[in-house]
Amino acid sequence: MNAGVAIDEGSVPRFQPHMKLRFDKKRERWTILAPERLFLPDEIALEILRRCDGVATIGAIVDALAGKFDAPRDVIMDDVKKLVQDFAEKGVLYTKER
Amino acid sequence: MNAAAPPLALLAELTHRCPLRCPYCSNPLELERASGELDTDAWVRVFGEAADMGVLQVHFSGGEPTVRKDLERLVAACGALGLYTNLITSGVLLDEGRIAALAGAGLEHVQLSFQDSEEAGGDRIGGYKGGHAKKVEVARLVRKAGLALTLNMVVHRQNLHNLPAMIELAVGLDAHRVEIAHVQYYGWGLKNRAALIPTRAQLDEATAVVEAARQRLKGVLVFDYVVPDYYARRPKSCMGGWGRNFLNVMPSGRVLPCHAAETIPGLRFDSVSDRPLQQIWETSDAFQRFRGTGWMPEPCRSCDRREIDWGGCRCQAFAITGDAARTDPACELSSDHQRIVELAQTESDRAPPAFVYRGLGAGAARTEPALSEDAVPGAGRS
Ligand code: SF4
Ligand code: SF4
Repeated sequence: MNAGVAIDEGSVPRFQPHMKLRFDKKRERWTILAPERLFLPDEIALEILRRCDGVATIGAIVDALAGKFDAPRDVIMDDVKKLVQDFAEKGVLYTKER
Repeated sequence: MNAAAPPLALLAELTHRCPLRCPYCSNPLELERASGELDTDAWVRVFGEAADMGVLQVHFSGGEPTVRKDLERLVAACGALGLYTNLITSGVLLDEGRIAALAGAGLEHVQLSFQDSEEAGGDRIGGYKGGHAKKVEVARLVRKAGLALTLNMVVHRQNLHNLPAMIELAVGLDAHRVEIAHVQYYGWGLKNRAALIPTRAQLDEATAVVEAARQRLKGVLVFDYVVPDYYARRPKSCMGGWGRNFLNVMPSGRVLPCHAAETIPGLRFDSVSDRPLQQIWETSDAFQRFRGTGWMPEPCRSCDRREIDWGGCRCQAFAITGDAARTDPACELSSDHQRIVELAQTESDRAPPAFVYRGLGAGAARTEPALSEDAVPGAGRS
């Protein structure tokens, strides 16, 4: 199977160096800039992506979001893992183990 | 009329000079000379205008953009404007010091082209002896400098047998991404089509190889795969639609909707030396002519994909039918589609003719695989 993207509570997601999350002033939206490609994250994705700072673990990100959105921790955990997995496969994020 | 939303990306063809001579080079058959190139200040002004308009990314391309001694300054200027910077290079003129300087200037990504997975093929196809080994070294230096790396592999009937090895090369060189693009047939590629076009069976095998590798290497290597139009059922959305997302600025400052647009006769192009970029984008004849859907003939006009693929590629429509305002013949619904299918079948079944290498003056190009560096057109400043 693919060992490239395995994600658990202890994983620390961070942006690949060439993936830039920037605010597009002209169009008033957040954009992930990549070579020959743009990603337009929705609001929920943004909440997660902005916390992928290379320090916070998946667990810590989930705790922060659970506090902010008043939703069950396991539901948020599922969402966060799915999103991080997806963006890792797209080459936007990568994870290292703590 | 066709109101123009702002462009997302600008391709800066800094120069047409390049030490390599790839027979599928996307530069025009009439290469521009060094003496006509925009200077540093003009480029910096263009980038400023582009950022104001809403451009987010600048791709430094050519020719070989590292021929320009001011590349670091241009990269830094873009960085200061908040523009994402990407360098598209053959790599052969780079060394550790230059790579450090570019990284220091804020360069965000490097796209390094390979002509094959190994030396003999790579040097023959690129028409540049020692090129392949140099590229391998440069890929390592780019990664060592902490820069992100995409390997660009242009594939065709003379290197497709090495596709698995090309993918291994990308993994071995620690690339983040690999772009596997079948040759597109305009400019030099059109001239060399019979020497490059794969058979249907070769294409299908290549696609299977890429798909298997994409699955296997998830999270390790990102794949971009571009198939050749001649075997497609629907055309690609060329440049994301004419005059919708991209601008291409030529070495001399002429602004094109795509890098091959000058192959279409009768289009009028404006230069950044004469008019502001925004005005060119919004009103230039070349951009207005095929922007949106108003220009479309049937079957595009009433097709539900007209705002998905925008009728395909204008340059290809012209290259095959002699009329840029027809439906892209790559589309099965086009009455010209059979021609493209027959061309592909006939040419790919025959033995490939010798390459016509890229050079100054299409007629003067040498056809034999000359591997020496000395006869390289466009390598020096004139
Ligand atoms: S000759 Fe080859 S390396 Fe040089 S600009 Fe053309 S395609 Fe790129
Ligand atoms: S008919 Fe035109 S719009 Fe419809 S799929 Fe073909 S090229 Fe695209």
